[in-house]
Amino acid sequence: MLTITDVRKTFFAGTVNERVALDGVSLTVEPGDFVTVIGSNGAGKSTMLNTVSGTIIPDSGSIQVSGDQVTKLGEHKKAHWISRVFQDPMKGSSPNLTIEQNMAIASRRGKSRGLSLGVTRSRKQQFRDELAKLELGLENRLGAKVGLLSGGQRQALSLLMATFSSPEILLLDEHTAALDPQRAKHVTELTERMVAEQHLTTIMVTHNMEQALRLGNRLIMMHEGKILFELSEEQKAKSTVSDLLSEFQKLQTVSGEPTLDDATLLETVRVTKEGKP
Amino acid sequence: MIAGIELGLIYAVMALGVYLTFRVLDFPDLTVDQSFTTGAATAAMIILGGGSPWLGTIAGFFAGALAGLITGLLHTKAHINGLLAGILTMTALYSINLRVMDGKANLALLREDTVFTPLREAGFQGSFVGVLLLLVGVLLVKVLLDWFLYTDAGLAMQATGDNPDMIRSFGVNTDNQKILGLCLSNGMVGLSGALVAQYQGFADIGMGIGLIVVGLASVILGQGIFGTRTVIIATAAVIFGSVLYRLVITAALQLGLNPSDMKLISAVLVVIALVLPQMTFFKRWNARRKDREARKVQAGVEPGAGTPATVGGRTGEGR
Repeated sequence: MLTITDVRKTFFAGTVNERVALDGVSLTVEPGDFVTVIGSNGAGKSTMLNTVSGTIIPDSGSIQVSGDQVTKLGEHKKAHWISRVFQDPMKGSSPNLTIEQNMAIASRRGKSRGLSLGVTRSRKQQFRDELAKLELGLENRLGAKVGLLSGGQRQALSLLMATFSSPEILLLDEHTAALDPQRAKHVTELTERMVAEQHLTTIMVTHNMEQALRLGNRLIMMHEGKILFELSEEQKAKSTVSDLLSEFQKLQTVSGEPTLDDATLLETVRVTKEGKP
Repeated sequence: MIAGIELGLIYAVMALGVYLTFRVLDFPDLTVDQSFTTGAATAAMIILGGGSPWLGTIAGFFAGALAGLITGLLHTKAHINGLLAGILTMTALYSINLRVMDGKANLALLREDTVFTPLREAGFQGSFVGVLLLLVGVLLVKVLLDWFLYTDAGLAMQATGDNPDMIRSFGVNTDNQKILGLCLSNGMVGLSGALVAQYQGFADIGMGIGLIVVGLASVILGQGIFGTRTVIIATAAVIFGSVLYRLVITAALQLGLNPSDMKLISAVLVVIALVLPQMTFFKRWNARRKDREARKVQAGVEPGAGTPATVGGRTGEGR
């Protein structure tokens, strides 16, 4: 489905600020795989996602989607195969357009957009059915501007917009990180359900180790632009947050610097205190 | 008074063009100042050359659109700042317009057949019927624009101005959208120029100077009063704003101000329209309106969701 081969990316090459973001990343994702990605700050998680989505064009290496060579294609061209949910709930929908208009835009993902009306009666019914799955009552407010929704509602809508047109690959970039715990839980549940229902091939970056272990069938950990290790489904089932944490600590003793960002640490402290996985 | 309304309606076509770039695409396009004259000059030359005034009017649209295309290419392909791209095209167009006008600064159309000749001969110009006929014409442009903005292509254009990251992730090339929007917008401006030249009976090299401010005044005044809840309301507000602006100018002239003071008045009008909403009274009034709207939306969704959060940068602004 998705094959990333030896992808490299250096930012500000040749300057004092030179930073290697991806240092030879290779990853093969099979159809139906749900890969969770964890890693320290600056590990290259988001950069990897951005090279797949086309926001960043890699310096070298190749990216293939279902056998098609897409390495150098821009974001809007890759949208034919790939849809994504951003970390910022404000980024995934258009605030001055209505819910139904946003849905209409999403329903044409990667297709040509002609001069037929975006919202028609039959499409409205389809949108209503889809929105009902969110269980937020949005199906009753099709004509409301999206800017009037709360962050959690907008992120749930973004998730629906990204998934209901059946993308070949779904990219989730810490899409629950900006929400309060209750909303984050809701969006996580929705994610699980939608991915399972449509068997979506998914890559999810997260700073929440508990989430990374619980969701998906594969887990990869990145560090300094490389994929450090991967856990298969069976290994994942056996691992705990403290296992992952000790992996991070190993890195720390090697590099002598703290490898975890604050958000991850806080999350970890919370989880271990509650005595869950 | 009637003449003011008539002019307001013809200039409304230009103001709708400004609405498309300034509000929909969120792009301050200064090309307008000269693409208006380009439209007028093109129409005038065709009419003076014995061509049909309708052909001249349509040619005015396409000449304006071409000017918009240049600004669009400079901005998206050459990565020149939007304001600067508009200024560059505008400056270059001054020379081109003079070329189009055969080196003359003024072309008289008084004795030529124009699209308004039938109106004048029937004695409708300057009368209530004339206003009505012009209104129908302007509404036709408005309805076409409304319809376009509600199509799949138009929704993509709206989202390009609203949230470019989002619309790119759904497969839309935002560069192309901006170019298309600038073409359409300046096409409307050129069309308006062609009509104004025929209405006034001349095309002048300076007729477009400061026009962007007139367009902005119309958009901001009209939408300040009528709001921007839907595209249909927003474009109607622009037409209303354009007529209102002309009436204010007419009133100012009758108060004894010089025609040469009009640019100052236009600028002051825009400043007032921009500053007024920042005053405490209007802020409170606006906040209350927003809050009510949000509550209405939230009432139907997620029972007990608490206060509606209108988070994020641009959510507070209308369009």
